[in-house]
Amino acid sequence: MRQNIVRNVSELPTYGYGPRSGPWWGAIGFMALEGMGFAIAIGAYLYLYAVNPNWPIGASPPDLWPGTAEVAIYLLSIIPNEMTNRAAHRQDLAKVRTGLIVMVMIGTALLVLRGFEFAHLNTRWDNSAYGSIVWLILGLHTTHLATDVGDTVVLAVLMFTRHAKPRRFSDVSDNVFYWNFVVLAWLPLYVLLDWVPRL
Amino acid sequence: MAAEPRELRDDVLNGLQLSTQLERVWRTPSGFLGALMSVDHKVVGRRYIVTAFVFLLLGGILAILMRIQLAGPEKTFLSADKYNQVFTMHGSTMMFLFAVPVMEAFAVYLVPLMVGTRNIAFPRLNAFSYWMFLFGGCFLWISFALNVGPDVGWFAYVPLSSLQYTPTKRPDVWAQMITFTEVAALAVSVEIVVTVFKQRAPGMTLDRIPLFVWAMLVTSFLVMFAMPSIMVASTSLILDRLVNTRFYDSSSGGHPLLWQHLFWFFGHPEVYIIFIPGTGMVSAILATFARRPVVGYPVVILSLIATGFLSFGLWVHHMFVTGLPQLGAGLFTASSMLIAVPSGLQIFCWLATLWDGRPVYRTPLLFVIGFVVIFVLGGLSGVMVASVPIDTQVHDTYFVVAHFHYVLIGGAVFPLIGAVYYWFPKIAGRMLSERLGRWNFWLAFIGFNVAFFPMHILGLIGMPRRVYTYTADMDWAHLNLLSSGGALIFALSFALLLVNVIYSLRKAELAGDNPWNASTLEWATSSPPPPQNFDRIPVVKHRDPLWADNESLPVVAGLSAERREVLLTSLAEAEPQIREASPEPSIWPLLTAIATTVFFIGSIFTPWAVLWGTPPMAVALIGWFWPTGSKEDEE
Ligand code: HEM
Ligand SMILES: [Cu+2]
Repeated sequence: MRQNIVRNVSELPTYGYGPRSGPWWGAIGFMALEGMGFAIAIGAYLYLYAVNPNWPIGASPPDLWPGTAEVAIYLLSIIPNEMTNRAAHRQDLAKVRTGLIVMVMIGTALLVLRGFEFAHLNTRWDNSAYGSIVWLILGLHTTHLATDVGDTVVLAVLMFTRHAKPRRFSDVSDNVFYWNFVVLAWLPLYVLLDWVPRL
Repeated sequence: MAAEPRELRDDVLNGLQLSTQLERVWRTPSGFLGALMSVDHKVVGRRYIVTAFVFLLLGGILAILMRIQLAGPEKTFLSADKYNQVFTMHGSTMMFLFAVPVMEAFAVYLVPLMVGTRNIAFPRLNAFSYWMFLFGGCFLWISFALNVGPDVGWFAYVPLSSLQYTPTKRPDVWAQMITFTEVAALAVSVEIVVTVFKQRAPGMTLDRIPLFVWAMLVTSFLVMFAMPSIMVASTSLILDRLVNTRFYDSSSGGHPLLWQHLFWFFGHPEVYIIFIPGTGMVSAILATFARRPVVGYPVVILSLIATGFLSFGLWVHHMFVTGLPQLGAGLFTASSMLIAVPSGLQIFCWLATLWDGRPVYRTPLLFVIGFVVIFVLGGLSGVMVASVPIDTQVHDTYFVVAHFHYVLIGGAVFPLIGAVYYWFPKIAGRMLSERLGRWNFWLAFIGFNVAFFPMHILGLIGMPRRVYTYTADMDWAHLNLLSSGGALIFALSFALLLVNVIYSLRKAELAGDNPWNASTLEWATSSPPPPQNFDRIPVVKHRDPLWADNESLPVVAGLSAERREVLLTSLAEAEPQIREASPEPSIWPLLTAIATTVFFIGSIFTPWAVLWGTPPMAVALIGWFWPTGSKEDEE
């Protein structure tokens, strides 16, 4: 078939931020399905809660401090996270590097704290269905946290090498976006794990 | 060094020069290693389609084994034990390794072409998805061959599948196979969604998207919302069996019904995950062979979306006999019946299209008409089992077996075979034989009905499902023999399809770009399409671009001709926004899939696999994302 050029797109940029770029939509997709995974796990928790006369089963509720400390750190982490985002939009390499390092440190601290949280659940996974679902949910969110931290580490390393090309700033911005989801996902899980057993 | 040369763009090249240059940039590297590195959606899609059909063949062989065993009373062809394995493998293979993957496979091949782009979004993820599917399927079948295949039904109900009742590794194999195939399916759905949202040709606004693409978009959302449920369910099952968690153990606060809820929250939408792509195929085929656009385009889209939503409200109808509260059962009966409405609307739109068009009855259209007939019958028996009093009567009888084969085979397999006849010329560059095609259709249609219609009656006169034999005094023998004969005829029709494909690949006439005079963009490029899909990205100004602009195709220029670039457009209006780099071929998706396989299989045997299995996966993922070898990073 004959072709008829009606438009030239050579002036378009080769990368973009947010909803203009492809990877951002990929991130949304993964958030949707991971979010669904969390929702299903929450549903399973509430189902077991509903069918059992005693809750928690044969255990006291988790100690509050590790989860609560995490909530505080998560919420505060939004500040350096947003600063990294702005630096990425300005393509300020020095600030982006600092921002990524800070975020790696925060993530690592949270992972350590997560260790304490497991230890303070006051139940083992094999004690009862209550213990099982609590460990499963915390395990899911920990996997989620660990992969995001791993991702941030790799990105940070990239930004210190010759791969720190302009379009990589868009990856940084997507990473920031994803972190906000990690934070957001934790809040309902915190209420569920730490407060529902105290009802 | 002189001033940096300006990048080579496609606006300075023309005709053959342009094709050759783009082919060099986009082709899959040669050799065996090159084949393992391919990230071309057409290469991956073709592999996906062929692999899924191999699983259909395997699942079909098992079906025939079952029908031989059931052909007469008290046969000893299969033992009770083997029969359990065979029907479990049949159901699992058909649902997880054939029906869902084959639909995704067609989407992987067709959607990028139909929306007018050069590759799928996230091509490496796409390659990874295929390897995961392949390894998961091989894992299941190798286990079966080694006599550790699952034997607890394709839904693996607890407590039967719990350690206490099934202390072998069989249910673990089943549960882990689920995770393999779900990872693959989830990856493909994200790719499809992003391809449709961001990579549509300029001007392909939301109301100009081909109906097959709409169907795959809705399906992708269903996968994203339904499959996490089965993954949570099967992971919990493995944990119960391996590290003593108590999710399904009623002695420690767990609950067997939790399994059924999680399973059917996925399992019901699963049926629509199989059926909705089938309707997309039907719409594509109908428009072409009725030689007019499908009547009621917006109605069809709204029905697709409504079906998607409703399918989540229905899972409980699989559990009417588990003693749910009355009100709940009433509600679910109502919504189960409601879902017949959007399906009915679509069927009216299709009939109106035929009525109003000038239909040419070639093989693909025959399969579509077969689909309508069978699916309407399946829908009727579906409305019957959706009502509680009837369901309590026929639950777990052959009536249900008849019903779901009518829906699955009528709703998905018939459109699928039609789609094979329809798109084969595009994929292979040659036509399938029309004469064999007609034989294929009539054998399939007659064989299918002879095989499955008697099962309705068998169910009503009391034959339960999942029995490996029955006694002569039950009076079930004649109908069973009839059914087995039908199954053989049905199987023969697939053999004929295979013959047709093999014959046509070599001997048949060349297809040309657009042999059916169809209207959508995949027909605007050569058959089979070159690695770059299109030399220039088309611009869409009508819902049926090739019918409206049949003299010359409007296109854009200005993309790179020396590296892989795709054009990103805006979500609603498809306005060009970005020229985004598209990944180069890579071996890392395969290595990541291998590492993941070791991790998944290892964790059936020891929880420590989670520790030693993770580092290789991490290394492979870093290799995957590390930007070496990308032309852009080496500038
Ligand atoms: C040659 C065509 C086929 C024949 C003759 C056939 C026959 C059968 C038979 C005899 C059963 C066992 C019923 C029982 O004992 O309870 C069965 C079960 C089943 N079939 Fe098919 N089938 C065919 C194709 C398919 C296809 C294409 C699909 C899906 C797309 C499918 C999905 C299933 C499922 C999910 C089960 C339930 C297995 C279970 O209870 O665990 N079948 N089929
Ligand atoms: Cu259902």
